[in-house]
Amino acid sequence: MRAPHPALALLVALVWGTGARAAETRPPPGASACTGCHAEGSAMGVLAGRSADEIAGALDAFRSGARPATLMNRIAKGFDAQESRAIAAWFAAQAPR
Amino acid sequence: MPRGSSAPTRRALIGGAAAAALARPAIGGTPPRVVVVGAGFGGATAARCLAAGGIDVTLVEASERYIACTGSNAVVAGLRGIEAQTFGYEALGRTGLRLVRATASAVDPAARRVTLGDGTALAYDRLILSPGIELRFDAVPGYDARAAEAMPHAWKAGAQTVLLARQLAAIPEGGTVVLSAPANPYRCPPGPYERASLIAHFLKTRKPRAKLILLDAKDTFSKQKLFETAWAKLYPDVLEYVPLAAGGQVSEVDPAAMVVRTDFAEVKADVACIIPPQRAGAIAAQAGCADRSGWCPIDPATFESRLVPGIHVIGDAAIAGAMPKSAFSANAQAKVCAQAVIDLLAGREPEDPRLINTCWSLVAPGYGISIAGVFRPHDGLLADVPGAGGVSPLDAPDAVRAQEAAYGESWYRTITRDVFG
Ligand SMILES: Cc1cc2nc3c(=O)[nH]c(=O)nc-3n(C[C@H](O)[C@H](O)[C@H](O)COP(=O)(O)OP(=O)(O)OC[C@H]3O[C@@H](n4cnc5c(N)ncnc54)[C@H](O)[C@@H]3O)c2cc1C
Repeated sequence: MRAPHPALALLVALVWGTGARAAETRPPPGASACTGCHAEGSAMGVLAGRSADEIAGALDAFRSGARPATLMNRIAKGFDAQESRAIAAWFAAQAPR
Repeated sequence: MPRGSSAPTRRALIGGAAAAALARPAIGGTPPRVVVVGAGFGGATAARCLAAGGIDVTLVEASERYIACTGSNAVVAGLRGIEAQTFGYEALGRTGLRLVRATASAVDPAARRVTLGDGTALAYDRLILSPGIELRFDAVPGYDARAAEAMPHAWKAGAQTVLLARQLAAIPEGGTVVLSAPANPYRCPPGPYERASLIAHFLKTRKPRAKLILLDAKDTFSKQKLFETAWAKLYPDVLEYVPLAAGGQVSEVDPAAMVVRTDFAEVKADVACIIPPQRAGAIAAQAGCADRSGWCPIDPATFESRLVPGIHVIGDAAIAGAMPKSAFSANAQAKVCAQAVIDLLAGREPEDPRLINTCWSLVAPGYGISIAGVFRPHDGLLADVPGAGGVSPLDAPDAVRAQEAAYGESWYRTITRDVFG
């Protein structure tokens, strides 16, 4: 099955309910803003379905300056390694597009 | 690429099916109802996120089509058509939300009810307002809605944008354009300077003897060093910048005579673009959510109004601390707000969010610059995460400028698809 629209992908996991499970599937802080750029058809590439190591590694490299960037270096500095890993794991768990 | 009111696309249908497939569980028989007012970058995003979360959501929008401001400075300068800015709501209507084409005319927070122009009432458990801005036609003497027909602001995209583009295209050789920027806060902090850049580009390439005077009601502005460096390089004989300290504040306009006055000078313009001060969209004030500044104080984690419980305000209308009034911000805030509303309705504690904004400006075709920020709640406002964000390097090579221009264009296609399908 194809994943739904990027904006929807953020919240589809959150089917109505009060259980702890629903809370666990909330996107970690920061993740929901990423799809403003990283969605289907964009030059910046899609994040959903990429491996967590790849995404977290890229964020670390942007943060340290090891990987050149026009803008992601400035954004990656807003997240530490642990927060980056949470975001990466969340996108990795989304269905690939 | 114009998207707009095209035939249903495959992806839109699939998106709609996915949203419709979600169960709409009920609590005590009635699922919670959320009403969203305004289907721009903020409201449309919030509504589709809520629908995807299984919420019964009604989206109220006054216009038949959305015409985006982002990218509209290129329309002013004749670099693209207004069709490229125009989006239909067809795909949104297929996401499981209820789209009502009407003007929300009143909110009764005590009864939790929104009244539409035709008298229909919509009950809500939570209300999200994303009405954008109202232009303040009481702020610059002489500048009212009628004056805007002679001296367009083009700060709400559509007929005003087309009018300004037409006036600019018809400017005589050796003519003068006057562009005025307001004091903070206003929609899109770098917007007036991107507009100045692209008008200067138009004049330089099409009417080389014409001039642009940029009158500013402040002394500092977004991406200032980047803009000023580019102007010195690209438009030294075209663009004259007059900051507040040098008399940049417009004190009065006379649209019949096409005269713009400051405390120090009187300028006769062939084309005058006056961007007046602004406030939150009228419905926000009507609902009691705007304070004396004209904007809406909010809780930075949930975007719930500080003045009226049960109402959330996102996008340009909100006082979002360090977050600028941008389409990117409105989209990011909408996702956080929708999540918080879902959590609140489910009796869960909303999480402390982290938000991102990026904004690219086009200084000339193939020459882009950007600003970025990461924000989190701090002392009751959204504040910059220290060490993150900032602007493009001043000494970037041309290849980076070209890449930023391409990324800006790519972002425009991505975000408008994210919002409107
Ligand atoms: C020239 C210019 C260039 C810009 N460039 C950029 C850029 O490059 N990047 C960027 O991120 N941002 C940019 N922006 C800013 C961006 O356009 C706004 O920040 C964004 O539109 C705000 O979204 P919003 O949802 O708050 O309001 P809007 O997008 O204005 O949406 C508000 C909607 O609410 C509707 N509405 C209002 N009141 C009612 C009512 N009572 N009942 C029913 N419907 C109602 C309106 O019809 C409208 O559709 C630019 C702005 C300008 C002017």
